[in-house]
Amino acid sequence: MEEPFVKTEIRKDENIVYKRTDLLVDRPLSYCPGCGHGVVHRLLMETLEEMDIQDKTIGVSPVGCSVLAYDFMNIDMLGAAHGRAPALATAIKRLWPDRFVFTYQGDGDLAAIGTAETIHACNRGENFTIIFINNGIYGMTGGQMAPTTLPGMRSSTSPYGRDVQTMGHPLKITELISNLPGVHYVTRQAVHTPSHVRKTKKAIRKALEQQKESKGIAFIEVVSNCNSGWKMTPVQSNKWMEENMFPFYPLGDIKVDGKLVEKKEVTEKA
Amino acid sequence: MGELRLMKGNEAVAEAAIRAGCDGYFGYPITPQSEVMEYLMAEKPHERTGMVVLQAESETASINMLYGAAGTGKMVMTSSSSPGISLMQEGISYMAGAELPAVIVNVVRGGPGLGTIQPSQADYFQAVKGGGHGDYKMIVLAPASVQEMCDHVKLGFDLAFKYRTPVMILSDGAIGQMMEKVVLFDPIPRRTEEELIRQNPWAATGKPKDRKHIIITSLDLDPAGQERVNLKLQAKYREIEKNEILYETLGCEDAEYLFVAFGLSARICQKSMDLARAKGIKVGLFRPVTLFPFPVKAINDLGKKVKGMLVVEMNAGQMIEDVKLSVGCSIKIEHYGRFGGIIPTPDEVVHALETQIIGG
Repeated sequence: MEEPFVKTEIRKDENIVYKRTDLLVDRPLSYCPGCGHGVVHRLLMETLEEMDIQDKTIGVSPVGCSVLAYDFMNIDMLGAAHGRAPALATAIKRLWPDRFVFTYQGDGDLAAIGTAETIHACNRGENFTIIFINNGIYGMTGGQMAPTTLPGMRSSTSPYGRDVQTMGHPLKITELISNLPGVHYVTRQAVHTPSHVRKTKKAIRKALEQQKESKGIAFIEVVSNCNSGWKMTPVQSNKWMEENMFPFYPLGDIKVDGKLVEKKEVTEKA
Repeated sequence: MGELRLMKGNEAVAEAAIRAGCDGYFGYPITPQSEVMEYLMAEKPHERTGMVVLQAESETASINMLYGAAGTGKMVMTSSSSPGISLMQEGISYMAGAELPAVIVNVVRGGPGLGTIQPSQADYFQAVKGGGHGDYKMIVLAPASVQEMCDHVKLGFDLAFKYRTPVMILSDGAIGQMMEKVVLFDPIPRRTEEELIRQNPWAATGKPKDRKHIIITSLDLDPAGQERVNLKLQAKYREIEKNEILYETLGCEDAEYLFVAFGLSARICQKSMDLARAKGIKVGLFRPVTLFPFPVKAINDLGKKVKGMLVVEMNAGQMIEDVKLSVGCSIKIEHYGRFGGIIPTPDEVVHALETQIIGG
């Protein structure tokens, strides 16, 4: 028999300084190597564990790459139809006000087919958390153009680059919803470096804590890579993300405690 | 005996929901059913029972709110009319797939498209044969009076939870709008959180340490798994067909001919029956109350006794297909219908019986 990589005799409780949270199910993730989804899953589950609210949390997964999020998150969850997660979460939170409720959605789900559900849940000031993974592409269906695909960016349905004249402009839904009075906390983060990972985890904690005070929507956008959809290596895709996605989708807090943080000037080019 | 009131059908639906212990109503205004939400908002059910009422941004949102709440074991209802129900088909299919209980009221208006706001029964196929994608069924109840608008809400919730399935109340603009006396059943308290969790161990209510996490979904990417899901659903539908058929017969004992009609059409046929019998025509009325499950055997038995059947519907001939499948080809079965919001008169129904069945 093959020798185990980690010798069991050193895997003792007193030697463990960091481990997978029990709130992540011990099974292989369905995500491509290099993708940010797994990191965000982990941060979310670690935060629930730290807050000790596993038994008080109900999550809603989308249609998209993270359709199977409920297979990896060891909490009660519902799989929504494409774009409808905020409608599910609205009703769940209204009927279970003491539960922590979140939706986990991608850009096609949240900013295209689910635009109405997103905007109206935000505008009603529903008291749940939205985790929005923006990688500028439809990952699961094979790399088609998304509402957040950058101008000039290539995808399988914009093979010569997104032409904004005929295909429309990328939708900055996060800025859009930040202007709604029902939205209390909006931030845009990333998970491609350890420091960004730490910031995102802090944002998730802040967003979930906010639910205790019934102050309205907490909205966290995570700008992420899609190395498979972008046809790059993971390293290339993270570099491309820094050089192209971040200038268009600048990181940082957008709205804190119900107040817009700053007005950012953004150049409309890829 | 419960409280006696004079109410619109739509109001009776709303009051029945509060009294049935409904936890939440999610809806969107559309004629001719807007009184449901109007009544609920005016009644402040939150103060009466703790029931939540929310006006959604669309029928798409309301059905998905239902899906979310039903997935947590809550007792929830929505109502709409034909174009809105079309928008809900996605959510209904998902709820059938995820086996979630809910009551959906369709106060049918004439179509297709934006159609008209007048009463119709043209959504029979949509309600009974599926409507959304995939192999699924809903239990479909067809009230013929304001009393049944009330009673079917309670019955609907009972069946929805018994079988974990969406239940549709297939009404129409006339029954929704007309006022009749109704005996309201005594209020049933809403379930407590403990009762809900105990009665619905399948529901996603928050995972305690000592049980596995619950996933509410209609997705199974493994074809073998998805086939198992389908087989389970089909077995459930067979069970429903075995246990839950409801129908009403009127004057069928000596009948030589039969009207077959549901909902408002059955009310009209009652009058047509009187007119025809005054002329010496021995005609009875068979009214399916459940459209799915369809009363196949009862109607087949009657088919062996009568010379012909006239299926009266406010559509171009939809339920007649199920009547023919139930009876076979042994007797004459014809359809009489008016469309687009026109309600047939009792006289023209008798005329249709005389010309299409007796003289035909």
